[in-house]
Amino acid sequence: MIPVREPLPGRMKIEIRGLHMAFRTEENDVRVLEDIALDVREGEFVCILGPSGCGKSTLLNIVAGFLAPTAGSVRIDGEEVRGPDPRRIFVFQERGVFPWLTVEGNIGFGLGKLARDERERRIAHYVRLVGLEGFEKAYPHELSGGMKQRVEVARAFAVDPDVLFLDEPFGALDSITRLVMRGELLRIWRAEQKTILFVTHDIEESVQLADRVVVMTARPAKIRRIVPINLPHPRDLSSRHYLELRDGIFEEIGLAHKI
Amino acid sequence: MTARRRLEAVLLPAAATALLIALWDAAVRWTGTSVFPSPEAVARGFAELARKGLLLRYSRDSLLRVAAGYGAALAVGIPAGVFLGWRPAAARAVNPVIQLLRPISPLAWIPVAIVLFGVSNVAAIFLIFLASLFPILVSAMNGVRGVPAMYRDAGRNFGLSQRALLSRVVFPAALPEILTGLRLALGIAWIVVVAAEMIAVDSGLGYLVIDSRNAGKRYDLVVAAMLLIGAIGLLLNILVQRVSRLRAVRWGFREETP
Repeated sequence: MIPVREPLPGRMKIEIRGLHMAFRTEENDVRVLEDIALDVREGEFVCILGPSGCGKSTLLNIVAGFLAPTAGSVRIDGEEVRGPDPRRIFVFQERGVFPWLTVEGNIGFGLGKLARDERERRIAHYVRLVGLEGFEKAYPHELSGGMKQRVEVARAFAVDPDVLFLDEPFGALDSITRLVMRGELLRIWRAEQKTILFVTHDIEESVQLADRVVVMTARPAKIRRIVPINLPHPRDLSSRHYLELRDGIFEEIGLAHKI
Repeated sequence: MTARRRLEAVLLPAAATALLIALWDAAVRWTGTSVFPSPEAVARGFAELARKGLLLRYSRDSLLRVAAGYGAALAVGIPAGVFLGWRPAAARAVNPVIQLLRPISPLAWIPVAIVLFGVSNVAAIFLIFLASLFPILVSAMNGVRGVPAMYRDAGRNFGLSQRALLSRVVFPAALPEILTGLRLALGIAWIVVVAAEMIAVDSGLGYLVIDSRNAGKRYDLVVAAMLLIGAIGLLLNILVQRVSRLRAVRWGFREETP
């Protein structure tokens, strides 16, 4: 019997209430999100899991302030979200890295207001943290997909945000790099104590990473169930409890775990 | 590159050029023409132009006209194009006019240029300006319009003001496409300066071509001037190509072989 993890001590960070989203097309309104309510505590790692195209990215874009919802509200630190904010950084797939800047230039992008030596110190710190020493002067097109992804994660962490939004950040990576990147993300998350909202369609990924997995339905997306993952890190991916949780979600979504 | 391939890269084009000159020479001899010059006559023509100081002076005059007209097109076209790309409503408003004016050959503007500026240096520069303006304007507009929303969102996320977003994200993201427009425009400018000089002024390489023909049918000088025009055009193109190999923009040109 694995001890159930205590409820996180942190205070409430993100409060999503009665969120609806519809996109108007020429023929009709496409309902994307329906009545989403979710609370995320400070320092919590929450995965939003759902099939491709279900609207989970839309949800993340609303919480990040890039889109305004049709109805409902998102509050962060008790304040209504009205737009993007440097305290909350959105990590795209590696495609969000600026190709005209070097690794250094990208990581230092959000640090314009700092004094020069502080800026350089921070860049060096995050270059080291994501293991890109020696590539400071390289341009993104000279890097592999996994390295670009690390540049983007480092760029986000460098501005010391309280919240990170990650939209299928490792989707474009090969399976080995993806595993490595998950480990790196967990390591950085524990070291820096950020609140993380992570969108994925990969069940394994969500159970490996999250404190809680929010399972969405197909479009229009509603929250089907919220699964707490009461496993300590580092997680044993062959432990019975891990497999039970994973298979539970597979069943929840209606997939037999056989091929 | 291996030494052998490097040697081939020089020898093969040299051989092809020598062959073409030999064919030209043979054709002149075989037909016994007294109008079209032999390669040797053209070489003597070059020497004569160099002796008179016309070679440098006319090249310089043509290049200065291009610099003025092209420079003005840069100064107007890039800001205007970036603005139009940034404000889609403005772009929709003026796009029909741009698309209507764009296909008009710069040569069709010659009468207009002469009415506005007389037979003068300014008329020639105006023609070059017009000819280079449209490719620059359109590439800047499309370049800015095509900047992925993700880059803009990322920029906004880091708290950039509109102005900083434009200078730190949108402009650099559009730069490769803008450079493509600049390269195209410079090629056109160099073609147009020759045409403009045939009509509007009495110096420059275009003037040299038309004057050599009119004043005594000096076809040796005509061909010499033509070759010079080609050589300078080639140099200009190489120069702009160099710019697109700078590391900060090379990402946008990956489909081109270096």
